Formats: sequence, C-alpha cells, structure tokens
Amino acid sequence: MNPALDEYREVSPKGTVDFLYRLSDLVQGKSFLHLNAVRYGGGMSEILRRLVPMMVSLGVDARWEVLAGSQEYFTVVTRMLNALQGRDEKLTDDMYHTYAGVIERNAKALKLDADMVMVHDHQPAGLVDYRANGCWLWRCHLDLAQPQRPAWAFLRRYVLKYDAAIFSLSGFAQRLPIPKFLIYPSIDPLSPKNRDMTRSEIAQVLDRLGIPRGKPVLLQVARFDRFKDPLGAIHTYRLVKRHHDCRLVLAGAGVMHDPEGEAVLMELREAAARDPDIHVIQLPPEADLEINALQRSATVVLQKSVKEGFGLTVSEAMWKGKPVVGSTAGGIAAQIVDGVTGYVVHSVEGAGFRIRHLLNNPGLINRMGAMAREHVRRNFLITRQLGDYLTLLKLLPAA
Amino acid sequence: MAALVAGDPFAFIGCSELRESIARQADDEKELAELIEEVPLDSIHFHTHSYFLRHGLIEGAYPNDFAQWVVMQIGDHVLGERLAVLDPFDYPDLENLREELISVIDDHLSRSPIIPRVVFGQPFHFKRSRILEVPIGLEARTLQDFRDIVADIDVSTIYYHMFEAHFRLRRAENDFSAWIRTSLGLTTLADRIRSINPYQGSLERLRSTLISACDEFLTGESAKG
Repeated sequence: MNPALDEYREVSPKGTVDFLYRLSDLVQGKSFLHLNAVRYGGGMSEILRRLVPMMVSLGVDARWEVLAGSQEYFTVVTRMLNALQGRDEKLTDDMYHTYAGVIERNAKALKLDADMVMVHDHQPAGLVDYRANGCWLWRCHLDLAQPQRPAWAFLRRYVLKYDAAIFSLSGFAQRLPIPKFLIYPSIDPLSPKNRDMTRSEIAQVLDRLGIPRGKPVLLQVARFDRFKDPLGAIHTYRLVKRHHDCRLVLAGAGVMHDPEGEAVLMELREAAARDPDIHVIQLPPEADLEINALQRSATVVLQKSVKEGFGLTVSEAMWKGKPVVGSTAGGIAAQIVDGVTGYVVHSVEGAGFRIRHLLNNPGLINRMGAMAREHVRRNFLITRQLGDYLTLLKLLPAA
Repeated sequence: MAALVAGDPFAFIGCSELRESIARQADDEKELAELIEEVPLDSIHFHTHSYFLRHGLIEGAYPNDFAQWVVMQIGDHVLGERLAVLDPFDYPDLENLREELISVIDDHLSRSPIIPRVVFGQPFHFKRSRILEVPIGLEARTLQDFRDIVADIDVSTIYYHMFEAHFRLRRAENDFSAWIRTSLGLTTLADRIRSINPYQGSLERLRSTLISACDEFLTGESAKG
C-alpha cells in the first residue's frame, strides 16, 4: 500500500505538498518510464516502489519496468559493478556479449516509449541503443570517481547516447560531453524503515536482537564490508570507552555467499568476543523495522566508511533525531552539516574525540539531533526527489 | 479601519531548482579565482544565491558556497570570513559580484606565502542551476491575505520573490515590497520590507521577519481603530 501524497503533509516542509500539486499541473499527462534491474532489494527499488505511484497520483503516466536477465547476466553486471567502483575485476568479451544479448531481448519485450525514460545504473544502460522517442536520462547511483578503465569505457559508449546523465554528487561523475545533473537520493519517512515507532515496539525489537539497555549506544548500520570500516568503528568505540561506559552496535545485512563479508564478520566477532558491550548483529535482508528500532535507540550514530555510495543510512539516522559522526567518504559529508547536525571526521581519533564531546554534552546531542531531523526534512525526503523528477520532466525537452 | 484591497492581486510563484555540474573543479584558492573568472555567470549565481534555497532552515556561518568551501575544506578562515561578508545586494549585477570575488581572493593570495589548497577535504565543484517557475495558484488582495499566505507557503516561493527578484528585475525592490508599495500604497511597510537583507539568515528566518513586519503593521492599524 502506498501512502497518498497528502499523508506527507505532516512530515514534509510547510507548503511542500501543495507546491508538488502545482508543479504537477505543468506536466499533466506526460509519460515517465523508469527502467532498472531489480524490483526488490536496495535503496533505489525502495524509493521507486513509492515514487512511481506518487507520480501516477499526480497525473503523470509513470511506469516502472524491470529488466529480465539470466543468472549469467546478473553475474556479469555484478562484476561490472565492482569494476565501475574501482575494484579489480576482469571482464571478458564473452561477458560483454552476454550483456548485449540480454539488453537486446529486453528491448524487444519492453515498451520503451515515453516522454521521459530514466534508466537506472549500468545494468539496463544498453537499452539506449533501442531508444525510440522521448528524452533519455541515465541515472547513476554509483560512485564512478575511480572506475576500472575497461569497464567504464564499455559503459561510456552507451552513456554518450543519452540526452543527459544524473549523478548523486559531482564527485561521483566522470567527464562526459552531455549535461550532467545532480540529484540527491532520498528516504521515505513513512516507510517501515523510517516511520515513527512506539517505545514498546522498539523495546520488542531490541529484546529480540539481544541488546540490553542502560548505557549510551553507538551504532553503525552498514554491510559487513571492509569499505565500511567496521574495525575502525570498534577502534573508535575503544577510544570512547576509556571515558564513557557505552555500547557499540554494528548491524548489517547477511553475508551469505560473500567470502569477504564472512571474513569481516569473523574478525568482528573475534573482537566482540572479548567485550560484552560490542554487539555484532547480522540482520536478514530488508530488516527495515530492526534498523528503524536500532537507529531510534542509538545515542550517537557513526558512519566510519572509507568508501561509500551516497550512504543514506546517515539521513535515516538523522531523520530519527540522531547526531551522526561520519567520515568524508561518498555522500556522507554531503548529508551532515558539520558542527550543526553532527560532525565530519577524518580519522578514528577524530571520531572518538567528537563522540566523547557529544556524550559529555547530552543537551548538544538533543539539539544536534533536532537540527539533523529538520535538515533531512528539507533536503533528503522523497517529496524533494519527486519535485526534482517533475522538474526534469518539465524542463528537459524530448530529444 | 477597513482593510485596503489591492486592485492587482499579488500572485505567488514558487520555484524548483535543477542543479547541473559544469565539470570544473578547483583544488586550491588560485584555481578557485581562475575558475570564478571563467565560469558562466549562472554558476556565480548558483554559488552565491541558491545556497539559501538548499539551506532553508540551517543558518551556517558562511552564506555562500565559496566561503563555505575555503573554511570547511581548506581550513582558511581568513579568506572564508572575507568572502562571507560580501553581500550580493551591494552589486548591481553578477558581473560586478564576480569581479569582487576575484579581487578578494587575489588580494588574499598576494599576502599569503603559500597557495592554500585542499589536502584532506573535497575539491570545489562548480555547478549551475535551472530554475523552473511554478505558479502556486495563491493570490493576495489584502495585507492580511498576504501575511497568511506567506506563513504557509513553500520556502521556494519566498526565495523566488526575495532573491530571484533582485537579479531578474535588476532593482533594489523585491517583489513583496514592490506590491505593498504600488498596489496597497503602504509606503512605510514597503520600505521596511525592502530594507530586509535576505542574506542575513535562512529562508525560514526571512519568513518570520516578513510575518512580524506585517503583524506589527496590522496591529498598529487595528489600534488606530
């Protein structure tokens, strides 16, 4: 079930919903097609599930199509993803051939006709070869700052055929001769991951996860991945622990079929085994309520990543009124107003210092948390992203 | 006293901003000055004006992106302070504002033995934006209507009439003070609203200031009977 736009009046900034109605008057009846590779899993699908019905309710003929691919194709695009994000991956001609074959089959099956077609990430990017009419936009959610050259060269050939590209941050973009727009991703304040929870609901989840109460909680929600630097989070906690009796909760999605994730998890469990105040929690996929409860029960949220996409867990925590101490990786610093809604730090020591400062000043935690929520309300809610997409539809002419 | 009714209603217009990267980035203050000289004027506009549209509530210490960057990413507080104090309303157009920005940075660098640069922070990415005007379908004919609408509208509407008006119309008067002066004939109130410097705070603060000015005037009129 999708909440109607009017339900966002209570959570979005004053006047936003009425503004969206008027903005939608300018694009009535226009068609907007989203294309991506997965219906479930991941932040992009989470937002599209809400955004597309909201666009329809505003009179836009919005559709969302999902690419159908073989297991082999999904292996190829996963390796391509790693390479685009700078990891060493060898991509072969056979893999490129597999990619092109799936694109061709989907192009025949899908109706690609719309005033605006937004193709998300690399998996369906090749569909641009079969574009008919309308304005085609490539929406990149990835950090392409330092891709492996062959993978980017392969993808770039497709990207050049788009009318424009959209990135989450300037720093994520590569040089391109087409217009590059910048649109932040967003969170849905009414989704299970972000909706209000009662104290008893939160308590039930914490009991289920085995987290005791009675001490300040430092929380990092992130996949068990070296890029998220969970060991750095433990080192930070130890610096804080010398002065404050607190707990560290590291929560992340499962690591099944992920050897590196399993290795990271084992290291963390080893570290945690000697300290009952470190809780390493492996969450099931889409554990939205669990993440919601953990974020609401945290005292300070930490995001110690050394490499990150946009890192919307930062906005999720800020929406729950928590100050975030985060690194400069990816979009973390773009979400934190340093010294106002939290702190941007450059080292374990910096994170420890700032968290200690916050724990010494409970009033500051509350003030920063309140500012954090307001900052997210104005910049990172789905209503803002809806407005951005309607603006694109109005401002960009069909090619 | 019966409320004054304007012959021409004030039609409120909001706006939506589409940000665009222009693929220019500076890693030090010299590059920043060179690129400020080179980029299109709408990029200067973006980095000195729509900062407020993006920070509708939070009042940072530095009211433009250039000052914010040299302080937060380079750590040069002296240049940050000198750039922060520039008031775009003091310049007749963006070209003059651009020249002043360059002059301030050049002067600062001429006194510095080194060129301060980003070491651990992020480079400055130049951007510009396309603004879509959106008539929001609300009109005011009296000051009370005007005040009530301002209290509830999206802040982009305040941005459009207070900031965009300055450079769109190239005049000191903003849209609100112009209407109050010409359509309602309330010169004193118009002067007061005209004198509000929108660069002194967030859009929400601006909303509060506008409402206070209207409320004080309406209370005064009501006391006169």
